[in-house]
Amino acid sequence: MLKNRKFYFGGFILSLFLAGILSFYASSSPDGLEKVAGEIGFIENAKEHTNADGTLSDYGVKGIENERASVGFAGAIGVVATAVVAGLTFKLIARKPGKRKS
Amino acid sequence: MHIPDGFIDVQTSAIFAGLAAAGVATALKGARGQLDEKTAPLAGLTAVFIFAVQMLNFPVAAGTSGHLLGGALAAVLVGPWAATLALTVVLLMQGFLFADGGLTAVGLNVFNMGVIGVWAGYGAFMIMRKLLPKNKSSIAVAASIAGLLSVPAAAVGFTIQYAMGATATFSTTTVLSAMVGTHVLIGIGEALITGLTVSAVLASRSDLVFGWKDNKTVLEIKHA
Repeated sequence: MLKNRKFYFGGFILSLFLAGILSFYASSSPDGLEKVAGEIGFIENAKEHTNADGTLSDYGVKGIENERASVGFAGAIGVVATAVVAGLTFKLIARKPGKRKS
Repeated sequence: MHIPDGFIDVQTSAIFAGLAAAGVATALKGARGQLDEKTAPLAGLTAVFIFAVQMLNFPVAAGTSGHLLGGALAAVLVGPWAATLALTVVLLMQGFLFADGGLTAVGLNVFNMGVIGVWAGYGAFMIMRKLLPKNKSSIAVAASIAGLLSVPAAAVGFTIQYAMGATATFSTTTVLSAMVGTHVLIGIGEALITGLTVSAVLASRSDLVFGWKDNKTVLEIKHA
């Protein structure tokens, strides 16, 4: 059994590595739905995303030219942001009513 | 698997936004009974890990890729209620920050991956766990099979939405067979990642794994 700190720190670092470094090597082929949509022909009905010009759209940081750095930073930002939002959400859910401040 | 805006009409998207919201609200209630201060951090880490691994598209056939959906994985690690919430957080992050998955399609995507993927995976896991011997490797095998089935199940979810409100006129059966055929292949990758991850967590912190707790505890928790 790993100690809590070691387990969670390890899991977080692994996630940072996967999203921040390994993601550069991910396949850029269309995914299952895109492929099916392209072959059958309804891909043309896709609209551009509302935030298509956003700072992090399509997993790249706008303004960073180097592709490896761009996807890496975007992935790392996503990992940290997900950790904050999910961490807080589950912390609040798990809090027992007796301990809640009123 | 992330549906962009425009594939499914506004009415159908609104119906599924409502269904997804109801699913998330129920999951919030259910997760209160299943999570405690000891297991809540694992639910957070599960969301983080799924976000990271969803960036890792793997090739499945000529010119096609797939990535982990994570519904079965999350259900085995933290229980189905917290799993729906973890997937919802991931999908909201992707839709709002990374322009992955349309904003009008958020409900469609949460329904397919966060509700169908999770519950199909969880159901398959519970059946397999009953059939297999009671040890840790069986839990990992059951989780793999659950992962394998959860992906085409989510693909069927898309097909139902397509049948209800496609903006295109291609036949639903054509879409169904193409979606299921492609996503069975992606399911093989899902099975591998799910099995490996569940094995790793069982080896390091089996005390936290929802699907490893004995049947009786699970039943008690379910009735709570």
